[in-house]
Amino acid sequence: MKIEGKQNIWKEYQKEIAEDHFFYVRSCVRQNFFPGSEKTFLRILQYELKKDLFENPSHTTCSGIGYHTDIIPFETSMTMVARQFALMTEAGYENLVTSCITSFGLYSEVLETWHHFPELEEKTRQFLRKATGREFKKPANVSHASDIIFKFRKEIAEKSKYSLVNKDTGKPLRVVEHIGCHYSKMFPSKGIGGAEYPYVLVGMIEDWGGEVIDYPERRHCCGFGFRQYLVQANRGFSISCSKKKFDSMEPYKPDMILTNCPGCPMFLDRWQYAISEMEGKTYGENNQGIPVLTYEELAGLVLGYNPWDLGLQVHQVPAEPLLDKMGIPYDPEMKFRGADGQDLGKPEAPTTLKFYAKEV
Amino acid sequence: MSKTAIIIGGGTAGMETASQLARLGVEVDLIEKQPHLGGHLKNWDRLFPNRRNSDEVFDYLEKGMNDGISLHLNAEISNIRKSEEKFTIALQDGKELQSDALVIATGYEVFDARKKEEYGYGIYDNVITSVELEEFFRSNKQKNLLEGVASKRIGIIHCVGSRDEKAGNLYCSKLCCVTGVKQAIEIKELMPDAEIFCFYMDLRMFDRHFEEMYYEAQEKWGIQFIRGRLSEASENTDHTLLVKVEDTLTGLPLKMKVDLLILLVGFVPSPETRRLAAMLGLKEGDDRFLCPADEHTITNSTEIPGVFLAGTVKGPAGIANTITDARATAIQVADYLK
Amino acid sequence: MKSFGYNITEDRQIDFDANDRNVTVFINEIEPSILLCMGCGSCTATCTTGHFTDFNIRKIHTLIQRGELKHLKKEIMKCMLCGKCQLVCPRGVNLRNLILSIHTALEKSGL
Ligand SMILES: Cc1cc2nc3c(=O)[nH]c(=O)nc-3n(C[C@H](O)[C@H](O)[C@H](O)COP(=O)(O)OP(=O)(O)OC[C@H]3O[C@@H](n4cnc5c(N)ncnc54)[C@H](O)[C@@H]3O)c2cc1C
Ligand code: SF4
Ligand code: SF4
Ligand code: SF4
Ligand code: SF4
Ligand code: SF4
Repeated sequence: MKIEGKQNIWKEYQKEIAEDHFFYVRSCVRQNFFPGSEKTFLRILQYELKKDLFENPSHTTCSGIGYHTDIIPFETSMTMVARQFALMTEAGYENLVTSCITSFGLYSEVLETWHHFPELEEKTRQFLRKATGREFKKPANVSHASDIIFKFRKEIAEKSKYSLVNKDTGKPLRVVEHIGCHYSKMFPSKGIGGAEYPYVLVGMIEDWGGEVIDYPERRHCCGFGFRQYLVQANRGFSISCSKKKFDSMEPYKPDMILTNCPGCPMFLDRWQYAISEMEGKTYGENNQGIPVLTYEELAGLVLGYNPWDLGLQVHQVPAEPLLDKMGIPYDPEMKFRGADGQDLGKPEAPTTLKFYAKEV
Repeated sequence: MSKTAIIIGGGTAGMETASQLARLGVEVDLIEKQPHLGGHLKNWDRLFPNRRNSDEVFDYLEKGMNDGISLHLNAEISNIRKSEEKFTIALQDGKELQSDALVIATGYEVFDARKKEEYGYGIYDNVITSVELEEFFRSNKQKNLLEGVASKRIGIIHCVGSRDEKAGNLYCSKLCCVTGVKQAIEIKELMPDAEIFCFYMDLRMFDRHFEEMYYEAQEKWGIQFIRGRLSEASENTDHTLLVKVEDTLTGLPLKMKVDLLILLVGFVPSPETRRLAAMLGLKEGDDRFLCPADEHTITNSTEIPGVFLAGTVKGPAGIANTITDARATAIQVADYLK
Repeated sequence: MKSFGYNITEDRQIDFDANDRNVTVFINEIEPSILLCMGCGSCTATCTTGHFTDFNIRKIHTLIQRGELKHLKKEIMKCMLCGKCQLVCPRGVNLRNLILSIHTALEKSGL
C-alpha cells in the first residue's frame, strides 16, 4: 500500500466544515441504538471545544428511514426537511450538523434536487407555508457530526488522556473503519476523502494513535439497508452482509471497528451475537467478539470519560477488552447501574459470545 | 518561392506527413515539444499485430526526415495567428515561424488510471498500466516483473478509462483489447507458469490478424477470458489483490486473487491538442477529439482553410492507420498549396 | 443453535481461490479445445435438451473452468450426446468428447 496514493485522493476530497455556531439535529434511531453517543458529542463540543451549539426540541425525524423503506414519498420528505431548515432559520443559525448519516444523505439529496430542479424547491416552500406558515433559508453549511469531530480531531488529541495504543506492547491498536453508505456513496464530493478511500474516520484513528487496517470487503455494506432489516424474513440478507465483512477482516486481527452511521455499529455489534448463537462462530480474541464503537464513544474514551457515561454498557460485544488494551480503568460493578447507582439488573449471558469479561 | 507547411507534433503522424510533404517539394517545419521525435511509438516494445520491434517502424519514419524538413525540438508553442493566407506560430523561445498550411498532429494521451480510484492504481503495490508493462519490456527488466512471487497469477483489465461515463469517456479506445492480448502472450512467453486472466466486456478485435491473436492466446497460451468488467480491487495482507467482477457468462459474482493487475489504459484527447484547437477555433466532437470537415469524405481537412489534421488527434488509431492517414493528409496539403 | 426466524445465506459469489480446480485441469487436458470457447452460446441455442429443461451446456462448461462443480453431476446426465452442439460450434470445440471427459472426471473424483 502506498500511502501517498491515498493522500492524493484525500487532497481531492476536502470539504468545507463550519467552525462554530451549529444547529444540531438528532437521529431518531441513534437515540435508541447508542443513546450515549449524541450526549457525548454535545459534551465534547460544548465543554471541551467551547463551541456554540443549538438544538430545538420541536425537531422531528427527518423521515430518511421512511423514505428509504419506501413508505414516505419524496415530496413529504422534502417538506419535513424544509421544516427543519425553518427551525434553524428561526433560531438564527445557518450551519446544520446532523447526527445521522441517513439524514445527512437525505439533506444532501434534497439540496441537490433543489439545485437541479428549482421548481421543486418552490413547491416545497409552498407546502411548508400551507402546512405550518413557516419560511426558511437553506443552510450555508451541512456537515455530519463525524465531520465536526474530524475537524477538531487534533484538538481532541491534544486534550487526550488515552490513545489507541496497546499499553502493554506500546504498539498502535489495529482499527477497522466503516463508513455509512449515505455518507459518501451518493455524493462522493460531500464526504471527507470521497467514497472509495474515505478519510473521515481514518483521520481520527491516526491522530489518536491507532493504525487503520484495510481489508478486502471494506467497501461492502454493513447490511442494514432498512428494508432488509425491518422485514424479519429479510434479515438473513442483512446478517449475511455483516458476516461477509467479519470473515474478510478476521485474518487482520482488528482490535476494534469504528463507525459513523447509526445502522452500522448497531448491526456490526448485534450480528456478532446473532452469528454466535446461530452458528457458534465468534470473531476477535477469546470468543469476546470485535468491539464496535461510534466515533463519539471513541472520542470520549480518548478524552478520558467514564466508559459507562458513554453508554458502552448497551453494546452486545463487550468493549472491555478494548478498554483493557488502552489502559482505561472502569468499574465492572457499575456497568449495569443507573446514574443514581440503582442496580438495573444484568443481561443474560449469550451462549458462545463471551459477554462478561470476568466471570460473574 | 516554394510553399511551406508547419506540422505540429513529431509522432508517427507528424513524421510521416512531414516526410511525404518534403517528397512532394513542400518546405516543412516540424515542431515537437519533446527532445526527440517518435511520440508514443518510442514507448512501445513490440507492436501488434505481428510483434515486430517498434524501433523498426521508428527507423522507417526517421529515414523520411530528409532535406526540406526543419526540425524544432523542445519547442513550446505560445501562440498561433492566422492572417490573410499565412499562419504565424510564436514559440516560447521567441522564435516565429510562418507557413501557408498547418497540420495538427499532436496525438493523444493515455488515460490517468488514478482516476479509477477503486482500482487502486498508485495506491496498491501491484497495480500497473499497460504503458508501464511496455516500459518493463523495453528496458529488459522483464525478469523483475513478478520476481519472487510463487503463484504468478496476473489479471489484465480491459476498458480502463474507456466506455465509462464515470471516467468521462463514452468511446472505445479500440486498441487496448488487442494490446491486452498481445501483452498476455508476451508475459506467458516470459513466464510459462503464469496464469493469465483477461477481464473484458467485449473483445473488440476489429482489425486484420487481431481475432487470430485472440485465438492463439487461447489455443497456444491458455490465456483465460472472463467476461465482466472490474468493479473494484482491494489489497490483501500479502500485497496480492482481490478483484471483484461478475462472471457474466455464468451470471454469478466472482472474486479472485491475483499477484499483479495490469490496467489497459485507453486514449484520451491530449490537453495540448485541445489548447491549440481552441486557439484556432477548431471543432471538437462530443468525445473531445478533433473533427475533420466530413467524417467520410473530407477526413484530413478542417473547416478552416489551410488547417489539416493527421493521426490520433481525431481519435484512437493504430500505427498502420496513422501512417495511412498521414499520407492522405500530405496529399490534401499539397493540393491546397498548389 | 438458536433460530431467530431467518438464516445466514450462503454466499453466491464464486470464490475462485477456494474452488478445487483439479477436475478442470483434468478435463482441459483430455479436451484442450475447450480453451477456445468464446462464450457465443451457439451450443446452448441448438441443444435439444436445453429447450425443454434448464440444461445449459455453455454455462456448464464455463462453470467448470471456474471450478464450480456443485450441480455438475445432475446436470450433465441430461445430455443425450447427440452432437448438435459440436456441429455448430464456431471454435471447433469437441463438445462430445468434452462431455464424455466430464463423466470420466466425475467417476474418478467420486463427486
Ligand atoms: C498502450 C498502447 C500500446 C500501443 N501499441 C501499439 C502497437 O503495438 N501497434 C500499433 O499499431 N499501435 C499501437 N498503439 C497506438 C499508437 O501509439 C498510435 O497509433 C500512435 O502513437 C499515433 O501516433 P500520433 O502521431 O497520432 O500520436 P502520438 O504518438 O501521441 O504523437 C504526438 C506527438 O505530438 C507531440 N506534441 C503534442 N502536443 C504538442 C505541441 N503542443 N507541440 C509540439 N508537439 C506536440 C507529442 O510530444 C508527440 O510526440 C498503442 C497505443 C497504446 C495506448
Ligand atoms: S447502516 Fe449500513 S446500510 Fe445503512 S447506510 Fe450505513 S452502511 Fe449503509
Ligand atoms: S478496445 Fe477493448 S479494452 Fe479498449 S476500450 Fe474498446 S472494448 Fe475496451
Ligand atoms: S451491467 Fe450494471 S453496471 Fe454494467 S452497464 Fe449495466 S447496469 Fe451498469
Ligand atoms: S450433445 Fe448434449 S449438449 Fe450437445 S446438443 Fe446434444 S444434448 Fe445438447
Ligand atoms: S458454441 Fe463453442 S464457442 Fe460457442 S459457447 Fe459453445 S463451446 Fe463456446
